[in-house]
Amino acid sequence: MAEAKARELPRIERPLSPHLQVFSPLINMVMSIVHRITGAALYFGSLLLVWWLLAAASGPEQFATVNWFFGTFIGKIILFGYTWALIHHALGGIRHLIWDTGLAFDLKSVDILCWGTIIGSVTLTVLIWAVVLLGGGA
Amino acid sequence: MRTPLKNVRRLGSAKDGTDHFWRQRLTAVGALLLLPFMLWFAITLFGADYQTVRQTLASPIVAILLVVFIVTSAVHMRLGMQVIIEDYVHTDGTKIALLMLNTFFAVLIGLAGTYAVLKMSFGVAM
Repeated sequence: MAEAKARELPRIERPLSPHLQVFSPLINMVMSIVHRITGAALYFGSLLLVWWLLAAASGPEQFATVNWFFGTFIGKIILFGYTWALIHHALGGIRHLIWDTGLAFDLKSVDILCWGTIIGSVTLTVLIWAVVLLGGGA
Repeated sequence: MRTPLKNVRRLGSAKDGTDHFWRQRLTAVGALLLLPFMLWFAITLFGADYQTVRQTLASPIVAILLVVFIVTSAVHMRLGMQVIIEDYVHTDGTKIALLMLNTFFAVLIGLAGTYAVLKMSFGVAM
């Protein structure tokens, strides 16, 4: 009863905050957006890990198919992107955990943390893939 | 300040916001602690053959850490996607359907990953 009545009440038009387009892109804003995008990418990317694990659990033939796919150029590009998304989301997560403590909210620290996230994630991703490719893993 | 407003307009807060926040952080820290292991795992086994993969996964330590990472990630990504849906989808029917799908997906990922690891781990002599 009570719920049915609540539903019939008209929505109140409240003022909206300005849309993203009105702001010039600052690094903290870009990093915030990228954190969400990489999070969503990892969400669907979890299918890759589960696919690989299920294939390995199913037998040599199924595993060979998945292994072949990840070894192709497209497969490597996907895994490279997945690595970057993972590292970037992890570093962004550390940034957010620091902010959760109430520290580093001054503009200079914000800039350092945000630039550190993107520079760190790109550097680490390249390093990891250098190890993978030069280590003979490919 | 509390007013009777929430009683007459919609349902008000579900009062589990703090729990959501805390679980997101808890799983974030958990995943961060496991990240070095996962990187080692991925780097070691990228392009590795079937035998090597099965041998690595036969180790109880590897299997346990993998399962913990899979479950932690599944919980974390479910919470994260929930927020994304709540931010962008404002139609009740679509929102509720997507929130259900989100939970189904996270449970499926978590269980499928765990199942695969345990299948490879159980009954294998070291």
